[in-house]
Amino acid sequence: MSQQTGGFTKQMARNMFYGGTAFFALLFAAMIFDSERRIPERSNAHEITPAVIAGKKIWETRNCIGCHTLLGEGAYFAPELGNVYKRRGPDFIKAWMGAMPSHAPSRRQMPQFNLNETQTGDLIEFLKWTGEINTENWPPNIEG
Amino acid sequence: MTNPVLKYQSQSVAKLYFIAAMALFAGQIIFGVALGLQYLIGDLFFPYIPFNIARMVHTNLLIVWLLFGFMGAGYYIVPEEAETELHSPALAIALFWIFLAAGALTIVGYLALPYAKLAELTGNDLLQTMGREFLEQPLPTKVGIVVVALGFLYNLSMTMLKGRKTSVSVVLMIGLWGLALMFLFSFVNPHNLVRDKMYWWFVVHLWVEGVWELILGALLAFVLIKVTGVDREVIDKWLYVIIAFALMTGLLGTGHHYYFIGMPAYWKWVGSIFSALEPLPFFMMTLFAFNMVKQRRREHPNQAAIVWALGTAVVGFLGAGVWGFIHTLSVVNYYTHGSQLTAAHGHLAFYGAYVLVVITLISYAMPQLRGRLANSPEAQRLEIRSFWIMTIGMSIMVLALTAAGVHQVWLQRLPTENAMGFMAVQDQLRGYYWVRVLGGVTFLVGQFTYFASFFVKGTHVLPELKNTTKATLSPQAA
Repeated sequence: MSQQTGGFTKQMARNMFYGGTAFFALLFAAMIFDSERRIPERSNAHEITPAVIAGKKIWETRNCIGCHTLLGEGAYFAPELGNVYKRRGPDFIKAWMGAMPSHAPSRRQMPQFNLNETQTGDLIEFLKWTGEINTENWPPNIEG
Repeated sequence: MTNPVLKYQSQSVAKLYFIAAMALFAGQIIFGVALGLQYLIGDLFFPYIPFNIARMVHTNLLIVWLLFGFMGAGYYIVPEEAETELHSPALAIALFWIFLAAGALTIVGYLALPYAKLAELTGNDLLQTMGREFLEQPLPTKVGIVVVALGFLYNLSMTMLKGRKTSVSVVLMIGLWGLALMFLFSFVNPHNLVRDKMYWWFVVHLWVEGVWELILGALLAFVLIKVTGVDREVIDKWLYVIIAFALMTGLLGTGHHYYFIGMPAYWKWVGSIFSALEPLPFFMMTLFAFNMVKQRRREHPNQAAIVWALGTAVVGFLGAGVWGFIHTLSVVNYYTHGSQLTAAHGHLAFYGAYVLVVITLISYAMPQLRGRLANSPEAQRLEIRSFWIMTIGMSIMVLALTAAGVHQVWLQRLPTENAMGFMAVQDQLRGYYWVRVLGGVTFLVGQFTYFASFFVKGTHVLPELKNTTKATLSPQAA
């Protein structure tokens, strides 16, 4: 076996794979466990009201993430909404949702989701709560 | 009819999977070009196919066709490595049709129904899992994926257990089992958005920067063994070192997604350090591929497959390694997070690492599945040309998106006062977006060039047969 003269054998490589993976998987699991414990405080979990929960469901079932980003994740076709409550405020968001689509020729169009008063309110509550998450000061400025 | 090239006749089920993968790939790129145009002509197809729907079709097709490709690869590789017939070819064929029908129905559902209606009709109220990026599939589709995956893994595991266990098949199976296991987190959707995002990355990151890399390594190693004739022992050693580094850096590298979504601050350090090391396994993969081809002990008749394999190693390193590294440090990512730079990296990494490796395997296996050792020189020339057209198209796209991203950060993120708003910035980026569409169309041309190479005739390389006269084999034996 020519490989053995080189010192580093296939068996050693295999052991490095299994051992290294096991070690880092455990380390990862420990950090996830620690993060789990700290998420409530960092996200103000005590402020997750039924309205926030309902709002998250509206957010998901309208596939908002398919155009917008939320805390920087999603599609890059439409503005970041993690801080939209701070940028625009509740009245603007409500008026905006009602006025869609703009039908401005060749401009990007947002669908009309026909949300009722409660649903719009829930969505706004969800965005408000999202804006209070401790994101390490991201985004860098109000424009998201 | 028996196939004179295949060592095990049951490998032929892979052909179905590869054909479906390529058809879905075509759909993915057509929707991709439409999305590129929607960036410029905002109301294109509105309200019939809004951007969010088209994007969901684009990304979901990508995931599904890669899965078809991985499954085809599994059915092709595992019997050959195990030196035994597939446990149940009938199960493989049945699962193929189930998966294809479920996938097609899902896409029809996306296009025909408002998303909220689709959610309501498919039981999203029972278990809310929809509406999260890449995991938009309705509940029945998600359950279907799990069922198909279990059947597939059962079939391959049984095949492997009754035969020889090589490093390639062991690594491939660990990757595939990991893929299925991590997908289970798509059913986890806590009310707390931070927790939701944390587990969401268990699927998304631990797939593409984790277990999929094992599949990638195994496929590349398999093809390199076959086309270079280099000693298995040498290739196995490389494979283990590469995947060891992939997981040792990739697991904690998940941290680069945890910087700004509400997770503890220490992830900024952990993510920065480990994701800065993530290019290492990709760099080793490049060295590996070129080394093996240099040390080759035979000239394989399928030279096109070698081009795809080297392409995977190089473009995978550029996309996943270099373009990932550009914005992976938390101080940089603070400005680039969720910008067009993310899109640039995503496109090049997926193309380089996963699209190309699946095509590498198809390029190697498909001629054999069609009863030849390799395609005619004319067909291979066209195939190699298609590699270059696709790669150039992708490069144009990625460079345009990179420039757009830098410009976007400059206008929207860097200024502390009077930063430009999102849509105003988008207007400034139109020039880059036109170039991106040009790249996308070039890619589409390359893709159809690739498909065309399947139909080029000429003198294919046929096997020498015992007890059979060559006359019984027509040159166009399909």
